[in-house]
Amino acid sequence: MFPPIPNPTVASDAATPRFGEKDILRRSASEVTPPAQRLTEVAKLIDVSKCIGCKACQAACLEWNNLTEEIGFNHGVYTNPMDLTPDSFTLMRFTEWVNPETENLEWLIRKDGCMHCEDPGCLKACPAPGAIVQYSNGIVDFQHDNCIGCGYCIKGCPFNIPRISKVDHTAYKCTLCSDRVAVGQGPACQKACPTQAIVFGTKDEMKDWAELRITDLKSRGFANAGLYDPPGVGGTHVMYVLHHADTPSIYAGLPDNPRISPLVDAWKGMTKYVGLAVMGFAAAAGFLHYVVAGPNKVSEEDEENAERLADGTPPPVPPASLQEGRTP
Amino acid sequence: MSADNLKTHTPDDVEPGDAVRPGHPVQVSRYTVAARINHWITALSLIALALSGMALFTPSLFFLTGLFGGGQWTRALHPWIGVVLFFSFAGLFLRFWKANLPAREDGTWLARISDVLRGREERLPEIGKYNAGQKFVFWGMSGLIIVLIASGIAMWDQYFYAFTTIEQKRVAVLVHAVAAVCIICVWIIHVYAAIWVKGTIGAMTRGKVTGGWAWRHHRKWLRELVGTRPGKRPPTPAE
Repeated sequence: MFPPIPNPTVASDAATPRFGEKDILRRSASEVTPPAQRLTEVAKLIDVSKCIGCKACQAACLEWNNLTEEIGFNHGVYTNPMDLTPDSFTLMRFTEWVNPETENLEWLIRKDGCMHCEDPGCLKACPAPGAIVQYSNGIVDFQHDNCIGCGYCIKGCPFNIPRISKVDHTAYKCTLCSDRVAVGQGPACQKACPTQAIVFGTKDEMKDWAELRITDLKSRGFANAGLYDPPGVGGTHVMYVLHHADTPSIYAGLPDNPRISPLVDAWKGMTKYVGLAVMGFAAAAGFLHYVVAGPNKVSEEDEENAERLADGTPPPVPPASLQEGRTP
Repeated sequence: MSADNLKTHTPDDVEPGDAVRPGHPVQVSRYTVAARINHWITALSLIALALSGMALFTPSLFFLTGLFGGGQWTRALHPWIGVVLFFSFAGLFLRFWKANLPAREDGTWLARISDVLRGREERLPEIGKYNAGQKFVFWGMSGLIIVLIASGIAMWDQYFYAFTTIEQKRVAVLVHAVAAVCIICVWIIHVYAAIWVKGTIGAMTRGKVTGGWAWRHHRKWLRELVGTRPGKRPPTPAE
C-alpha cells in the first residue's frame, strides 16, 4: 500500500500556507514573472483498477467544499448526477464495456474532474486577469473574485470540466483542494478513498507508484495497463492508472490525445494579434489619407450647378480639363 | 407602357422623404427623422459592442470593462446590446436595402477607385443615392451582423449553453472574433468616409445635405429627385 498522508499536526505553524501569490506560474490574461524556484510538483493519482465506485470521494468533495448538490433523479445508471455541475467538482462515471478480446463485461469506473494540466487550456482562454492561476506546484485554481462568468474556460478546456454557476455566474471546478494542500494535507477525495485508488503526493512519487501498479496489472493479464499523463497538455497533475491505457476513450470518453483545440489557439493567438494590427492599420490608413489627400469639399460651382438643376435650367458640363482642381 | 407610367415610377435609390428644396443653397432631404433615430441607436449599440467586445477580446483592453460596470456587467450586457443592434440594424436594412442594390455605375466607380481616393469625382460616373463604397459598407454590415448574432448566440452560455456542443462553441468564438474585427474595420471606413467627405454628417444629424453635395457625390440621385418633384419637368440629361 501507498503510505497514507499523516493527519495534520497541531504545531503552531501548521496553518501557515506553504504556497500562495508568490508561487504563481501563470495568471490568466496577465504577464507574470515566473517564480525563480519552482515548488515540487504535486499530483493526484487515480488508480481506476482499484476503484470500487463507492462515491466516497464525491461525498467528501461536497463536504469539504461545503457544496450541496441538487437532489436529482435516478436515470437507471450509477452515474449521479449525470454530469459535472457547478457543485459537483468530481463525478464517478460508470461505463459498462464489453471487452472484444474476452467477451467479458467490464465495469469501468472513472473519477472525472479537473486534470490540472501543465498547459491549462482554461487559463489560456480566460479573458479576465487573475481569474485563473496556476501555482508552480501544478495546481490550477479559479479565483472567483476575478471571474466574469463568460465561459471561455469551458471552450479552452480539453476535458470539458469547468461549469458556470447560475447563482453567482462564476466558473467552478476541482481546486485539487489547494487550501488543504497548502497546509500539507492531501485532497479530501484522496483522504476519503477506502481502497487507496486515489493517492496524492509529489508528481515523481506518483509516477513511481503508478509504475508499481502497472507492473502488477500487467502480471495479471492487463497487457495494455498504463499511466494516463497526456503529453498533449504538457502532462497533468491528476493522472490515471488505466487497465486499458491504449484506449482511454472507453472510460466515459476520456480523451485519447487531449490538447488545447487549434481553434482556441487560433482565437487566442493569431486572431488577437492580426486582428488588432488590422484595426490599427485601418485607422492609421484613414488618418494618412486625410493628411495626404485632404478633405473632399463641395465647391461653389457644385452649389451653383445644383441650383441651376433645381430651377430646371440644365447646368453646363465643362470639359474635364477645366474641372481639374475645382476644389477651392 | 405609357410615358406617364415611366415618369411616375420611383427609382430604387429614391427613398421616402428624399426631396429637393430649392433655395440658396439648394437643400436636399436625405434621411427622415425616423431613419436618423434608427441610425443613431444602431451606432451607439455598435460602439458599445466594440468597446465591450474588445475588452473581452484582448487582456490589454480589459480595462474597458470599467465603462460597463466591471467584468461581470460587461459579460452580461454585451449580448443584450447585440440584440438591440440586431433589431435596430434590421430596421435600417428594411429602409435602405433597395437603394443599395447593385447598379451599372458601381463597376466603373470601383474600377476608378484611385480617382475616388484622390477626390477627383469629375472622372467618376454619376452616382445614385449610394456609391459602391457605401453599398459595400451596407452589405458588409448586414452580412457581418448576421454572422455575429448567430455566433454570438452560440456562445451566449447564460441562456443557450445546452444548444451547442463545445466544439461548436469554439468555432463560434473564433468566427465571432474574426467577424468583429471585420465589422470594426468596416465601421472605420464608414466613419472615416463621413469625416473625409465634408457635408456628409449633416445628412445623419439634421437629415439634409446641400444641393452642391448631392451634385458632387450623388448626381444621378439628385437628377432623379429633381425629376420626381411634383409640377416639375424633368430636365433633359446634360449629355
